[in-house]
Amino acid sequence: MRYRKAAYRRAPISRLTLLIAGLLGCVFCLAWNVLHDRRQHEQPPDRFGFGRPATQHEIDSEAIAIAPDGLGLPPGQGDSAIGAPVYKLKCAVCHGATGREGPFQKLVGDTGKTKTIGNYWPYATTVFDYIRRAMPLNAPGTLSADEVYGLTAYLLSANRIISPKTVLDARTLPSVEMPAKNYFIAHDSIWKPQ
Amino acid sequence: METPIDRRSFLASAATTAGIVLLKTAMGQTIQAAGHPLSAAKDQVLHDPTHTPGPPPSAIGTRSRFETIKLAPSDTSSRTPLQSLYGIITPSDLHFQRHHGGVPTIDPTKYELLIHGMVDRPTVFTLRDLKRYPALSRICFLECSGNYRGNKPELTPQDICGLTSQAEWTGILLSNLFREVGVQPKATWFLAEGGDAAVMTRSIPIHKGWDDAMIAYGQNGEALRPEQGYPARLLLPGWEGNTNVKWIRRIQVTDKPFMTREETSKYTYALKDGKYSQFNFFMDARSIITFPTYPLQIDKGWVEIRGLAWSGRGRIDRVDISTDAGRSWHPANLNGPVLDKAHTRFTYLWNWDGNETEILSRAVDDTGYIQPTLAEITALRGADLGYHLNPITAWYIQRDGQVFFKPPATKKS
Ligand code: HEC
Repeated sequence: MRYRKAAYRRAPISRLTLLIAGLLGCVFCLAWNVLHDRRQHEQPPDRFGFGRPATQHEIDSEAIAIAPDGLGLPPGQGDSAIGAPVYKLKCAVCHGATGREGPFQKLVGDTGKTKTIGNYWPYATTVFDYIRRAMPLNAPGTLSADEVYGLTAYLLSANRIISPKTVLDARTLPSVEMPAKNYFIAHDSIWKPQ
Repeated sequence: METPIDRRSFLASAATTAGIVLLKTAMGQTIQAAGHPLSAAKDQVLHDPTHTPGPPPSAIGTRSRFETIKLAPSDTSSRTPLQSLYGIITPSDLHFQRHHGGVPTIDPTKYELLIHGMVDRPTVFTLRDLKRYPALSRICFLECSGNYRGNKPELTPQDICGLTSQAEWTGILLSNLFREVGVQPKATWFLAEGGDAAVMTRSIPIHKGWDDAMIAYGQNGEALRPEQGYPARLLLPGWEGNTNVKWIRRIQVTDKPFMTREETSKYTYALKDGKYSQFNFFMDARSIITFPTYPLQIDKGWVEIRGLAWSGRGRIDRVDISTDAGRSWHPANLNGPVLDKAHTRFTYLWNWDGNETEILSRAVDDTGYIQPTLAEITALRGADLGYHLNPITAWYIQRDGQVFFKPPATKKS
């Protein structure tokens, strides 16, 4: 009974002490945290310095993309006469004897709804780029530069875009004008907020 | 000793003393049965599982053998079973797939990403290098821009638009690498190239690279699935699936697009005036009811209509539901989280009176864009439909409760 009473009377004092101690603690914690935070989470640097410099050799052997202005086109050349036998041997089985039959993508033709190199491709450089990187489907990346120039010439002349005699190389290919070139417009979306 | 309780307590004490060996012996039958799903499933139905201990903890968890959920593969793609999923995350093995040269096998210890072109410091990054940059995770959808089918009534949500999926992707912001290599101020585009047999390439406006583009190496808490670009892919939140180049091996910074085959011959579409629309990056707002749908047959009375809505331009603001073939529309519940450029789950409680009707959903995003009908799309673009079709989808419900997809009219009636 006495013990409880005494404890009860002393309580206000201890509460005040506790409060002050608590406040001090909070201030200390906050200050420590701020300092600690600064040390732990520094502003990210502009550069981390990860990765290693690429060699020119690496870039040259990996950068196979061809731009419409011809950037990236390799040395070499080819015409329809070089391309025709390669087409027959490595492409006809999937794209048809003349490029119109399928069973897969039709590569020749400028009529009807079928979209082909002849009526839908805006740049001749894309033909070279795509054949070299992705065809033939069962062995992509195995054609020589001359073969790809030849196949490109073969398909462009089959589509009546160039004459069968035209020799394609890094200089002549980018200058081939494609019928579909001016039909393409860059579109964000035709559906605008209403 | 043969009463269930006795046997169980015996096993418990035996397991603590004799440990794994005895436990394995006791489980022998169950483990063997696991090799024959049908007989095992039958066993489990016939035997009360409270009287027979199940298999011990395993190295990898598996789906219940009663769940037969699957992708629907074709020659060119695999579609996600949207009608069978809960919530907003697509399980990694059910994420839709579209490849152009099959799925490559890439050794992560040999993986390298080359960044060059209009940069101050052409650099090669290993996977280890990439993982040292500050990591972040975000949930967003990925949708193929060829994601539409609608030619017959016997179509499921998976058939109609199963080329959309959602994951929590983990990786780094591409802007980290742009700063690292010193992308030059004059650069306006970059080419992203994959390391698959198609060596797939797309040209991307540089601002997306500085904005929220990621190089992702994680998917739903683990490494990317090979079908999703293992060990690293480009992730462009909200942009057409094909631009999110998988197995990314090279980035070439330039000041003009390369006009690759996938941005000229493909992923372009005809407009009315004889022009073709190119670089259609944004996936516009779309929704689909995933329940009730073909081939289900429903009962008269309360039906919770459920579905998914998403937009590549921002958050879903609202989903409207019509249960009277489009005459009136009512807002559905959005069951959070409602995330930026993310599949959002919606529900709508409906008391079906048993009369034949059509139910539809319509998404509205926070730009104010309203999901169109197919007739509205064709009115704007013409009838030569190609990519980026996101029409309102209607489900026809017969008197007997049988649900069918309703192929939409292409012309305004
Ligand atoms: C095994 C079958 C096969 C063989 C062989 C093959 N292709 Fe293809 N080709 C395809 C398929 C399939 C596609 C479509 C690929 C895609 O869409 O990702 C295609 C696409 C193309 C395209 C793009 C068509 C378009 O309109 O977008 C061109 C060009 C092409 N092939 C050229 C060739 C050439 C040249 C060869 C021979 C060196 C060849 N192909 C050999 C199957 C084949």
